[in-house]
Amino acid sequence: MYKVTINGLDVEVEQGATVFEAAEKAGIYIPTLCYHPDLPTFGGCRVCMVEADGKIVTACRAPVTDGMVVKTDTEEVRKVRLTNVELILASHHKDCQSCSRNNTCKLQEVSAFVGINQDRMRQIRRSVEPVKPDDSNPFFHRDFTRCILCGICIRTCQEINGVAAIDFAFRGFHTKVSVLGDKPLKDSQCESCGECLVRCPTGALYLAEPAVAEREVESVCTYCGVGCGIKLGVRGDRVIKVEGNRDNQVNRGDLCVKGRFGFGFINHPDRLTKPLIKKDGIFVKTSWDEALDFIVDKMSDIKARHGADSLGGISSARCTNEENYLFQKLFRAMGTNNVDHCARL
Amino acid sequence: MIQKFDTIEKEALEALEKEQNNDIPQIYVGCATCGNATGAQSVVQTIKNKLKKEDFKAEIKEVGCIGMCFAEVLVDVIKPGQPRVSYHGVTPEIAEEIVESYVINDDHRPDLALGYFGEGGPEDVERIDAGDVFKNQQRVILKNCGVIDPENINEYIARGGYRGLAEALEMKQEDIIGVLKDSGLRGRGGAGFPAGRKWESCLKPQADQKYVICNADEGDPGAFMDRSVLEGDPHSVIEGMIIAGYTIGSSKGYFYVRAEYPLAIKRLRRAIAQAKEKNLLGENILGTGFNFELEIFQGAGAFVCGESTALVMSIEGNRGWPKPLPRPRTTEEGLWGKPTLLNNVKTFSVVPQILSKGAEWFRGIGTEGSPGTAVFALTGKINRSGLIEVPMGIELDKIIHEIGGGILDDRKFKAVQTGGPSGGCLPEDKLHLSVDFDTLLEAGSMMGSGGMVVIDETTCMVDVARYFLDFTFEESCGQCVPCRQGTQQMLEVLNDICEGRGREGDIEHLLELGDAIIKGSICGLGQTAPNPVLSTIQYFQDEYEAHIKDHTCPALVCKNLIVYHIDEEKCTACGRCRKACPVEAISGEKKVPHKIDQELCTKCGICFQECPERFSAVERLTGKENLAAAARGRLTDV
Amino acid sequence: MQEQTSKALSNFEGKPNEVIPMLQAVQDETGYLPEEAIRDIADLIGIPESKVYGTATFYSQFYFSPRGKHSIKVCLGTACHVRGGMQVMDALERELGIKAGETTADFKFNLERVNCVGSCALAPVVMVGDNVFGRLVPKQAKEVLEKSDPEV
Ligand SMILES: Cc1cc2nc3c(=O)[nH]c(=O)nc-3n(C[C@H](O)[C@H](O)[C@H](O)COP(=O)(O)O)c2cc1C
Ligand code: SF4
Ligand code: SF4
Ligand code: SF4
Ligand code: SF4
Ligand code: SF4
Ligand code: SF4
Ligand code: FES
Ligand code: FES
Ligand code: FES
Repeated sequence: MYKVTINGLDVEVEQGATVFEAAEKAGIYIPTLCYHPDLPTFGGCRVCMVEADGKIVTACRAPVTDGMVVKTDTEEVRKVRLTNVELILASHHKDCQSCSRNNTCKLQEVSAFVGINQDRMRQIRRSVEPVKPDDSNPFFHRDFTRCILCGICIRTCQEINGVAAIDFAFRGFHTKVSVLGDKPLKDSQCESCGECLVRCPTGALYLAEPAVAEREVESVCTYCGVGCGIKLGVRGDRVIKVEGNRDNQVNRGDLCVKGRFGFGFINHPDRLTKPLIKKDGIFVKTSWDEALDFIVDKMSDIKARHGADSLGGISSARCTNEENYLFQKLFRAMGTNNVDHCARL
Repeated sequence: MIQKFDTIEKEALEALEKEQNNDIPQIYVGCATCGNATGAQSVVQTIKNKLKKEDFKAEIKEVGCIGMCFAEVLVDVIKPGQPRVSYHGVTPEIAEEIVESYVINDDHRPDLALGYFGEGGPEDVERIDAGDVFKNQQRVILKNCGVIDPENINEYIARGGYRGLAEALEMKQEDIIGVLKDSGLRGRGGAGFPAGRKWESCLKPQADQKYVICNADEGDPGAFMDRSVLEGDPHSVIEGMIIAGYTIGSSKGYFYVRAEYPLAIKRLRRAIAQAKEKNLLGENILGTGFNFELEIFQGAGAFVCGESTALVMSIEGNRGWPKPLPRPRTTEEGLWGKPTLLNNVKTFSVVPQILSKGAEWFRGIGTEGSPGTAVFALTGKINRSGLIEVPMGIELDKIIHEIGGGILDDRKFKAVQTGGPSGGCLPEDKLHLSVDFDTLLEAGSMMGSGGMVVIDETTCMVDVARYFLDFTFEESCGQCVPCRQGTQQMLEVLNDICEGRGREGDIEHLLELGDAIIKGSICGLGQTAPNPVLSTIQYFQDEYEAHIKDHTCPALVCKNLIVYHIDEEKCTACGRCRKACPVEAISGEKKVPHKIDQELCTKCGICFQECPERFSAVERLTGKENLAAAARGRLTDV
Repeated sequence: MQEQTSKALSNFEGKPNEVIPMLQAVQDETGYLPEEAIRDIADLIGIPESKVYGTATFYSQFYFSPRGKHSIKVCLGTACHVRGGMQVMDALERELGIKAGETTADFKFNLERVNCVGSCALAPVVMVGDNVFGRLVPKQAKEVLEKSDPEV
């Protein structure tokens, strides 16, 4: 363990920890924009600068050394940090009221922390090119005028989803996050998993249909065998959004396009909410008790008359692995090995 | 092993003897990029044709840059037993005359000659190497440039080439580093890092592979020293790299060359092939069992790739983004994560000489802290632009007024810019300063890799600062906020100042921005980008204030702050300006003084150039009052 | 186009350090970098196409649309700048009716700014193909174009 002193507070951290992690442990806030705990560091935003042993370093990247003395609030640090944030805002479409991130925005948080001051901002030349958002993707859109080039989306796409549909393109002030040929997202290899959207610190990536939920309900995604943990955002009796459940061991919050955006069926009028039994050639709504009794009767009857091997079960790819396991157990308990799965058909 | 080299050397001399017939005249034509640009190739062709026609035998050699670029095309003639006579401004027609008069006959044509080199030349022309241009120079790195045929390895060997390598191969690696350390050689790429120490830190790590890279990216927008060395003396750089490979234990080297240098690349390719042929490069060099291969990597146009980590990223096939700290040193983990030695072209090229002549010799040149010489591309508003090499410690004044022959058109000196986009401008009262790494840095400029641009009273210092910021803005890699956004902000402010929208507080704003950019940026590009602004504010703050407060551009450069006006008294109604104006903004008839319609005028400046000097009726006016009057269409009232 | 790309890429092994040389080879062959070529390079090396595009767009050597027949390079290196290169650029922009970085509608010329072509002694300098025009003044813009393309 290394002992580090941050703003006079002593804290012990593992060898290899960064100054940022040490500060976090000591409960001291250091502003960050391009840092994300899920991802390797980038070091481009430069707002996490602090003084460590007399030198200015980026807290998100600099490893601590034993006995290091860190100051996060010296005059020099404040100045460099403030100018950095001012410079970001100089070419940022800063109309928070119309932004989906308003109040949950990392840039707002950091601006407030460094103390953006309108008098100083008046000396700054603002330059925001009006660029039309990319609304090609049906689930989420991209507003380049709110992008701060933190690269979190890019690293997410590379490290979390493993697709690398997007990367930095062009150079210098003209740098932007782009797919091959600077095309709309829909014409790229993007799988619309939305992992980038979730991590974007600003309103640069936003839901096509923004939704604020009343309450959250934990559940499991019904699309595939992985069984990712999800949180359903509910408003009234309608599910209006889905988020990954970071506490779930299966997916630790990550989702794919189906799980994250394919929830429209839940509220669909055609969706079955009750089991149906065909009576006189017509499906009639019924209760689960009646339906299950009906199935048990029929299957026992078939087994009695034709033997267990006349039964067979086909399970669904939309069940979880655990459900599929139980399903085959059930059929074997009934005395048959005739079990199959829709994915093989 | 040395015997093996002795044989190679002997063979080279014999071959030269055979190919070179010293009983006939030798004709040297400067065929570096700048010479070719001025028409050297057609001069060569003309000379060849003429000689053929006259059925006269003479040797023609295409040589590199001799440094007197102002005098291109340069043709030198050495006749048996005579000193080298130099002709300047040679066109194909003049070339024919020279061949006729001097090569074939004995008239050395004082009317065409620039002078001669060496002893015993004709009395009616100047001895160049004793004149202002050369007497202050000392040619170490450039000793072969413009002298040898860069495409003939034998000529390089005949002038002592590859002996340094042969000697190095007999030395222990630590001893080579010892010599370099003793010599005090500092890297010529700009930062002046001690070469011996860098080589040492590359020798230490154990690794299955190490790399040597020659930085020939030369991105400074006003410089061409490295290009000239590669074009004029490629073997010296190759030799230095082989020695480096042997010293640190590397078998593979790269040249990272700007793609805009096709001639340098061609010469390097040829030189590499020739060195291989002679077993000075490739496998089992001179029978020592040491292998070293060289490959050329062409940069694709990004200034930042001159920075060591960006350069490595670029070879690896990535965007040239410098690696932010903390990161391992390139000498420990560079290309493909292996220890990598990166030096500038000139650094490598001087190593062989240091090894063969000794550390003492090198220390004997230059100053205590910066031994050796400095190579500059001397350009701008100066009479003799060119490539020069001076001992470190020489005064700036000597370079500008003696070697450079003073300011163009006898105008007044204003400043000298060194260090390119990372450097700064020094005013007249700093001209006594000595040229070395530390002194220039202290004065707010820097050595840089060797661009030296002279600025006179007709150049606006705010515009110069804006020019450099425009460059760094375009070349910023975009990775970090202070540089990406900060250079843009500075540029916007400078644009405003130059265009009459400067605000009170802008100078302080620039200073504050500069400070934050220097402290916050990831790499040397951002960390030095504000220098041109800071140094011009330091020495020429009054020019900034004139722009901001009075909308006055004292040098009459900033377009939005000047108006073109025809002085009625002086205008003779010759009509030249009227005919030349591309937007027909000038009206007037015969005998009626002409007038400029300010609404139409695009301030292209053509009328100003067009008006004959003896009239000088077109004038440029600046300042709030003139601008306002022009806007009201009543300039004459002022 | 596809044929030209394959030809340009035939001598490579598909190693990551070949990205830039491959891009250069394709551009030498086709004059610019078509999207399919970038995809081919990505596939050949086995890296994401977005990455190859990101690399290519970083460097000013590469172009992504067809270019004019003659490339007019106006030097705005330091020496050329202080000796009036910008005015020459202005004049060329006016003559051609395009801005720096653009191509004329008839694909005859494209205009670019470059930094120091190494002929500072001749500043200000304009290069068209291999021809260098030195010590220019704005009014010579037309002449430069005429000398570069007989049909102008
Ligand atoms: C933005 C930037 C551009 C640079 N460009 C060059 C260059 O064109 N040539 C060069 O030799 N060094 C350049 N350098 C310096 C190199 O990073 C490095 O220090 C040098 O090549 C080391 O060689 P030396 O020790 O022989 O000087 C540049 C540095 C920075 C930060
Ligand atoms: S991204 Fe943040 S700072 Fe920008 S407009 Fe949206 S809420 Fe405001
Ligand atoms: S939605 Fe998923 S695949 Fe698409 S860019 Fe974002 S992270 Fe990559
Ligand atoms: S889109 Fe969002 S995550 Fe991606 S770089 Fe821009 S601000 Fe960062
Ligand atoms: S469909 Fe996607 S989100 Fe749903 S469980 Fe499968 S992987 Fe997870
Ligand atoms: S300082 Fe500039 S060039 Fe260097 S990493 Fe930052 S943005 Fe890139
Ligand atoms: S400056 Fe140019 S546009 Fe203005 S009057 Fe003179 S020639 Fe015409
Ligand atoms: S958070 Fe550390 S540099 Fe961005
Ligand atoms: S390039 Fe010709 S003398 Fe310099
Ligand atoms: S600056 Fe234009 S050729 Fe050097």
